[in-house]
Amino acid sequence: MSELNAALEHPTYNYKVVRQFAIMTVVWGIVGMLVGVWIAAQLAFPALNFDLPWTSYGRLRPLHTNAVIFAFGGSALFASSLYVVQRTSQVRLISDKLAAFMFWGWQLVIVAAAITLPLGLTSTKEYAELEWPIDILITVVWVSYAILFFGTIMKRKVEHIYVANWFFGAFIITVAILHLINSASIPVTMTKSYSAYAGTVDAMVQWWYGHNAVGFFLTAGFLGMMYYFVPKQAERPIYSYRLSIVHFWALVAVYIWAGPHHLHYTALPDWAQSLGMVMSIILLAPSWGGMINGIMTLSGAWHKLRTDPILRFMVVSLSFYGMSTFEGPMMSIKTVNALSHYTDWTIGHVHSGALGWVAMISIGTLYHLIPVLYGRSRMYSVDLINVHFWMSTIGTVLYITSMWVNGILQGLMWRAYNEDGTLTYTFVESVAASYPGYLVRLAGGAIFLGGMLIMAYNVYMTVRKDRAWDSAEEPLAAGAAQGGQA
Amino acid sequence: MASFWSYWIIILTTIMIVGTTWVLFANRKTDDSTTERTTGHVYDGIEEYDNPLPAWWFYMFVITIVWAIAYLVVYPGMGNYPGLIGWTQQGQYEAEVEAAEERYGEMRSRYLAMPVAEIAQDPAVRKMGMRLFGNNCAQCHGADAKGRYGFPNLTDDQWQWGSTPDAIKETLVNGRRAVMPGWESVLGSKGIAEATEYVLSLNGRETDPGKTAAGAKHYATYCSACHGQDAKGQEIFGAPNLTNGIWLYGGSREQISHTLRAGRNGVMPAFKDSLTEDKIHILSAYVYSLSN
Ligand code: HEC
Ligand code: HEC
Ligand code: HEM
Ligand code: HEM
Repeated sequence: MSELNAALEHPTYNYKVVRQFAIMTVVWGIVGMLVGVWIAAQLAFPALNFDLPWTSYGRLRPLHTNAVIFAFGGSALFASSLYVVQRTSQVRLISDKLAAFMFWGWQLVIVAAAITLPLGLTSTKEYAELEWPIDILITVVWVSYAILFFGTIMKRKVEHIYVANWFFGAFIITVAILHLINSASIPVTMTKSYSAYAGTVDAMVQWWYGHNAVGFFLTAGFLGMMYYFVPKQAERPIYSYRLSIVHFWALVAVYIWAGPHHLHYTALPDWAQSLGMVMSIILLAPSWGGMINGIMTLSGAWHKLRTDPILRFMVVSLSFYGMSTFEGPMMSIKTVNALSHYTDWTIGHVHSGALGWVAMISIGTLYHLIPVLYGRSRMYSVDLINVHFWMSTIGTVLYITSMWVNGILQGLMWRAYNEDGTLTYTFVESVAASYPGYLVRLAGGAIFLGGMLIMAYNVYMTVRKDRAWDSAEEPLAAGAAQGGQA
Repeated sequence: MASFWSYWIIILTTIMIVGTTWVLFANRKTDDSTTERTTGHVYDGIEEYDNPLPAWWFYMFVITIVWAIAYLVVYPGMGNYPGLIGWTQQGQYEAEVEAAEERYGEMRSRYLAMPVAEIAQDPAVRKMGMRLFGNNCAQCHGADAKGRYGFPNLTDDQWQWGSTPDAIKETLVNGRRAVMPGWESVLGSKGIAEATEYVLSLNGRETDPGKTAAGAKHYATYCSACHGQDAKGQEIFGAPNLTNGIWLYGGSREQISHTLRAGRNGVMPAFKDSLTEDKIHILSAYVYSLSN
């Protein structure tokens, strides 16, 4: 217990930057998902493009992906990693100024993205659409993040480095490399640049980046989050230390190879496609290692699921993580990909990871974190967390099942042919057949967004000055002792 | 690929797979005496059990690795090594095309040998043509082939480039590029207004007599070479009939004067590189059947 005591004695952590990022996670989550609901509605009702270039689907779609991945997901990762690294190293962040710079710098990146993308300024690389001046700003902010994180690790008062920090560390280093290499370009004006690569090489670099954005931004970072907040919330030890070693090293090593599964049956040479495919299959076990370690951590605490909706968020997110990382390796098999590629199946897979895993683990984390950060004993309303939990789960299930149905429908319609060798369906018939699925997806997305609005209300009620509702004698004795109010 | 890079790929891949396998086996623990015992590390109150890797997970991992190695033996992947069965995606494509040729080629070449006008009467050909049309032409000409602004109706009697089977086939094989120059710089706004009145008058529309007369002069000087003395069009230039009230670019006074001012350059793409000759033949018969 000596280490725990050390934690209690510790004067203050920098909670300010954590609070800022935590609140912005909710804000950007709502913004990003609102745009998601909008583009989902456009696919069902094209009139919602309003015949304006700035609100057309092609410009709002990258706005959605950037807002949910980098603004919402990014803020969630920064809040949790900066919190976890302090708590598990038992030292304050090395620099408050750098932390403030990082927060405001990142907000600036987001605002710049929200302005330039609707204006149609884009590098055209998916998930890396931002033009070169913003790329430079991202680089500067990212370097300050790395200094902050690793500087704090280096000053740690605990002998070992906790697993969560391995994952955050891998996420920070790899995303830096990915960003630098993929965004390399030759600027022609302030708002236009051309990729440093050409043809097939450009495509391969892009999807090496794209898949590892998934692997390190949307997976490794959130696994780091999982490794701290699941055992904390369940109040149980991590299930297996060995498992975390094996799946960590296997995950970071194998992910790097899997990018070519985005380029099956293209101009990419056969050998590269095959390597991407076999590595994707191997990736199943390392991915499931994380799910097992999370879910098994709950063994002995299953009864808590009945009363604790935060824990439910975490368990369900791990289940969706397991599901999407089973689906991914399946889809990387060439024969399956020949059916799934270009269809809504991919979109379903994406959101089973994005809504089910990324968003739900972040939401669970925030519900744990916000009371601690603001010195409350709990969230304002546990019932509302419960409502949010069901809305998220139902929203996600509606989204992904409708996209599976659509995806398989489209894949089968496109390849059906008649006895005379002609195609049975025209493309537009497959679009018409997708319409009901688009409506269901829209409903699912709107329900998920509704849950986020409830969360915003609950968070607001929790953090505002009036805390009469909080029956705990002291405003969270432990939280205060841990230096809650910095 | 140069053999250096081939070896580079083989060596890296091997290190990768062997290394992953090593990490897996090195951390395996079969005796579970320390199960439910922690490692002794504590991080902010979080402890870690020293539990063994779940057996089913361990074996699943091993199976995927074995499968990966087997795949890389059978299929290309290890640099220049082609794999045991010599599979390539190009080969797969060619085999599928060949199989389709074998199944449908004979029927199609039978049709190819028959004249367009004759097979246009065959219901099986029309059905095939309609399906090909749906996936190759409908996005521009509409599923019913009735066209819309800028895309001609293929079911009427108005033809820019000719209605004979040969002309239609030529349209599909090589495409068509219409050249209707803009006349702003030649005629000025006044001249454009006059020529517009004249074109309208050809269609029995009410017009200003003075301007119409002036427009007729412009027509004889600048337009008749392409659209003909009688303004009934000339297929050799793809210049349409201006007297039948059918308009590709709209028949309002504003639309016509815009056509005259800025010119028009409609493009029908060539299909000789994307469709085989027999399919073009069948499509020509289908188009022909729409108005015959
Ligand atoms: C070089 C040959 C050429 C000359 C000269 C020419 N045209 Fe045309 N015109 C065409 C062609 C070809 C088209 C079809 C354009 C297309 O399909 O995009 C056309 C189209 C038109 C149309 C549009 C018809 C529709 O269906 O919308 C009008 C009106 C027209 N011409 C009037 C004129 C007038 C008036 C003049 C003289 C001032 C003139 N053209 C001179 C070749 C010519
Ligand atoms: C990208 C759009 C596009 C596609 C696809 C297309 N067309 Fe066209 N087509 C046009 C345009 C535009 C014209 C008119 C060209 C001009 O202005 O003279 C045209 C003209 C034609 C004409 C000549 C009409 C005339 O009056 O002489 C025929 C016949 C025709 N298309 C048939 C087809 C068939 C059959 C297909 C499918 C294999 C097809 N088109 C695909 C755009 C298209
Ligand atoms: C309310 C919730 C959401 C809705 C309604 C929604 C809707 C959509 C829609 C309609 C698309 C475009 C699909 C297409 O082009 O066919 C899309 C793409 C995408 N969304 Fe979402 N989304 C939501 C939440 C999220 C979240 C939380 C994330 C990530 C954390 C996310 C990540 C993505 C990504 C990565 C793509 C691009 C997929 C691809 O290119 O294959 N979305 N979303
Ligand atoms: C073992 C893990 C995984 C594997 C092997 C995998 C594999 C795949 C495959 C094969 C595709 C389809 C490529 C195509 O046909 O275009 C894909 C798309 C995608 N996956 Fe995964 N996936 C995995 C996990 C995840 C997770 C956990 C997430 C999200 C959190 C995710 C997000 C995405 C996204 C965003 C795309 C769409 C990319 C695009 O086309 O824009 N994947 N994945």
